[in-house]
Amino acid sequence: MHVIRDDNVDSLKVYDRVCTVIQSTVKIYDLEIDEDGEDGEESFEVRKKRVRPCRTERPPKRSTMLRQAPRLLARATSMMKVRSFSTADVPATPTADSSFIDAWRKVIPNIDPPNTPLAFMTPRPSTPTSIPSKLTVNFVLPYQSELSGKEVDMVIIPATTGQMGVLPGHVATIAELKPGVLSVHEGNDVSKYFISSGFAFIHANSYADIIAVEAVPIDRIDPNLVQKGLAEFTQKLSTANTESEKAEAQIGVDVHSALNSALTG
Amino acid sequence: MAMAALRREGRRFAPLISHNPINAVRSSLISEDLAPQGARFVSTQIVRTRMKSVKNIQKITKAMKMVAASKLRAIQTRAENSRGLWQPFTALLGDTPSVDVKKNVIVTISSDKGLCGGINSTSVKISRAIHKLSSGPEKETKYVVLGEKAKAQLIRDSKKHIELSITELQKNPLNYTQVAVLADDILKNVEYDALRIVYNKFASVVSFMPTMSTVLSPEVLEKEAESGGKLGELDSYEIEGGETKAEVLQNLSEFQFGCFLFNGILENACSEQGARMSAMDSSSRNAGDMLDRLTLTYNRTRQASITTELTEIISGASALEG
Repeated sequence: MHVIRDDNVDSLKVYDRVCTVIQSTVKIYDLEIDEDGEDGEESFEVRKKRVRPCRTERPPKRSTMLRQAPRLLARATSMMKVRSFSTADVPATPTADSSFIDAWRKVIPNIDPPNTPLAFMTPRPSTPTSIPSKLTVNFVLPYQSELSGKEVDMVIIPATTGQMGVLPGHVATIAELKPGVLSVHEGNDVSKYFISSGFAFIHANSYADIIAVEAVPIDRIDPNLVQKGLAEFTQKLSTANTESEKAEAQIGVDVHSALNSALTG
Repeated sequence: MAMAALRREGRRFAPLISHNPINAVRSSLISEDLAPQGARFVSTQIVRTRMKSVKNIQKITKAMKMVAASKLRAIQTRAENSRGLWQPFTALLGDTPSVDVKKNVIVTISSDKGLCGGINSTSVKISRAIHKLSSGPEKETKYVVLGEKAKAQLIRDSKKHIELSITELQKNPLNYTQVAVLADDILKNVEYDALRIVYNKFASVVSFMPTMSTVLSPEVLEKEAESGGKLGELDSYEIEGGETKAEVLQNLSEFQFGCFLFNGILENACSEQGARMSAMDSSSRNAGDMLDRLTLTYNRTRQASITTELTEIISGASALEG
């Protein structure tokens, strides 16, 4: 599975502007992302927060900021969409594993057994007899749930074996993903994201779970930086000596060429 | 810790109150400014010092509460956003905490700093209980400890079971890359059939639920899938990508561990800040109560000494007259 390094996040269009803003403000200010309705242009409203002098947090390193930049942008763009997944943890539904609790009670009667993730999850519907009309998509990243429970017509995922189209009623599949473009088709709208690798689970009840490590909407990517990165990594690949350097350079080349084809294709 | 110190202060103070009237009589002719050795002044002076120190403690705990509250606000959104990460895995693979395997590894997540209430002790208690639950003939259970506090507690009696211990997790702001590297380290160095991650899930600012997530190794996944039960449907899933099913399952299990660990660490950090906030809040409230009691005692002592002085002067004057 590919692991995206921070270098590859260079290819963001507003990288410089965002980074300088974040660098100067992230230490003591509260960032609020405002979306202007008309042309979708994001503007950051920076609100000062009174902080005690004993708080001495260094501004995060550049690489963690680069990491935060796509998340902040992605958060801004996805604020319109349904986001109930992230905070809607249903606590303590009695679907806990009873055999575990019994075994626990026998050995350790004094302490309450710990909860398990099953208790915090809303159960999924079972497989319907007829094929449903819409596919329910959950697209999650470590920093947020990009899409949760969204009903769409089709998604195209970049599996390692190639682009795969998923329609409602698709056979249950576990797919490993490579860096590429994920497109979500809803009626006439198509939203495309460039994702780093991850996994996609398609269940028999027309639920699709896509888990990626990083995702960026395609219009956020700067073609110049992509070209630059590609050239840089191809050069690194040719001059690499050790196995790990070669592997790193190869990953860089793969991702940048995928980015390239995503922009052109 | 602060509360215990305050309690000690209160207890030490009690005997002094009973001695006051006796001391007041002895040093009636000495003025307020001189004789710091006079027992009467010693008591007010001691009370004054104590009041000053209690007030300082109150200020410090209040400041710590504010800091914890602001840190909590920052990390809470991240923890809630990361909750979507583990749900697909549980939807696919189910949750099998009662799985019976030979090699269990318990990953205990705790904090590095103290003064955060009882959450670290809870985690360690649950970890020890799981160790007991999963022990048996031919089975071995090991610990991987994240955080200073759990390490300090577990090292006392389970030193030989601790495989790996990692501290200073929160030196840099938590992000997925760091946790992925950590998960990689753990998976490479530790042999396991099932990994059990123990952490405190953040339910609200005042409630933290100890939780255990289970991640199975790919071999055990296969075995459980074949034997049916919750994972029985796993075979019905087509595998896309990778050469063999085993390879994909291995990637899946490693990715699952990384995601669960990330969510667990964030939730635990949230719980730590919340617990610290409430601990510091109750501590500053106790300090306030103690300060009130000390003030009353101080005033009583002061007024008693003034009264006795007046009494002596007046009785002396009346003795001279009559």
